[in-house]
Amino acid sequence: MARPEYQAPPEVFYSECEARKYSQNSRMIDIQVQMSERAVELLALSDEPHFLLDLGCGSGLSGSVLEDQGHTWVGIDISSAMLDVALERDVEGDLLLGDLGQGLPFRAGAFDGAVSISALQWLCNADKSSHHPAKRLYTFFSSLYACMNRTARAVFQFYPENSDQMELVTSQAMRAGFFGGVVVDYPNSTKAKKFFLVLMSGGAAPLPKPMGESEEKEGISYTSKREQLKKMRGKPLKKSREWILEKKERRRRQGKPTRHDTKYSGRKRSGRF
Amino acid sequence: MKLLTHNMLTSKCLKGVNVGYPLGIVAKDVKVLETEFNSEFVSRIIPKLDWDTLWNAADSIGHAGDLPRAVCDDYENDVEFLKKVHHVLVEVEVIEGELVCPESGRKFSINKGIPNMLLNEDEL
Ligand SMILES: C[S@@+](CC[C@H](N)C(=O)[O-])C[C@H]1O[C@@H](n2cnc3c(N)ncnc32)[C@H](O)[C@@H]1O
Repeated sequence: MARPEYQAPPEVFYSECEARKYSQNSRMIDIQVQMSERAVELLALSDEPHFLLDLGCGSGLSGSVLEDQGHTWVGIDISSAMLDVALERDVEGDLLLGDLGQGLPFRAGAFDGAVSISALQWLCNADKSSHHPAKRLYTFFSSLYACMNRTARAVFQFYPENSDQMELVTSQAMRAGFFGGVVVDYPNSTKAKKFFLVLMSGGAAPLPKPMGESEEKEGISYTSKREQLKKMRGKPLKKSREWILEKKERRRRQGKPTRHDTKYSGRKRSGRF
Repeated sequence: MKLLTHNMLTSKCLKGVNVGYPLGIVAKDVKVLETEFNSEFVSRIIPKLDWDTLWNAADSIGHAGDLPRAVCDDYENDVEFLKKVHHVLVEVEVIEGELVCPESGRKFSINKGIPNMLLNEDEL
């Protein structure tokens, strides 16, 4: 399926019909909620109630996760159809209609942190001839940097199209003053793999650990070394049923007298022999 | 729009506007919705507020009530005071109306409680 960013600008793509899914499609809701919970975890907030931003807040599924954890939030989104769903869902957060690429309209130091779920890749697109993705990203990140306090983090789950896009986003964030980088959860799974851009406003700190990094090791089955090596060469194990059948086949082709293949061929003797 | 949000909002994204704060409020419909009082959140947000802006905003829409003109000392332990702040910050909502940029006069409409902060290309 084509990436939604290529189909239409976000305010058009997230129409009433698309927005409906965010209140009705339970699989979609589950995924949004799961990613939001992970994003909040990556914010690494102290135990107190905080004042947070939800960037591309849409229907407020991500905002509800913030609420559930006792925080107060303000959400901003470019699609009024999505915001209508948030109103219907009766979210506690306050909502604004706005375009992240035009910069955030907030006072300095207002927020303790920010999350953004599946929205950032939209900023990498030029939907109008006047749009320059790098410039819009920079305007966005520098206004975000300004409106957060100096120990805050911003965590973006997003779908980078390729490594160039990841580089574009990260470099504009660094230019705006942030430290941080991309954390990749479940890097070895095509389905569960998730990208989180973790930005810190208060200086360099080590990036959080990704989830599910050891996936690959768990996948190894414990066959013996001998069997593994044989498999690699593509030949059946000596004295195995396959080996015997192959050998008999060869003898037949060579015209040598050969017993029929039966269900007993290659079976272990019971020891009474 | 809650007054907490208003306290943080500016119009500085507009070309030629420097501070864009505080935004004026023209309220056509205001609702009061009771919400759960969280004293810890209110105490933590008070140092970040511009108090005069909060008071003037509340007053301009007729909801200053008995909100003090200044933050009282030792407010963390003054539950009555914190409750008044809570009320004005998050229970009073502008549902229909306008925000007005103090420098350019540009108006931002508020519909269904949502301020429209989208700018035209020539305002950037
Ligand atoms: C996949 S949805 C995520 C919705 C949200 N996390 C939720 O819980 O419903 C992505 C959202 O990003 C918003 N978006 C895309 N580009 C945007 C922009 N330039 N400014 C603001 N919001 C934008 C879309 O309107 C959409 O609501």
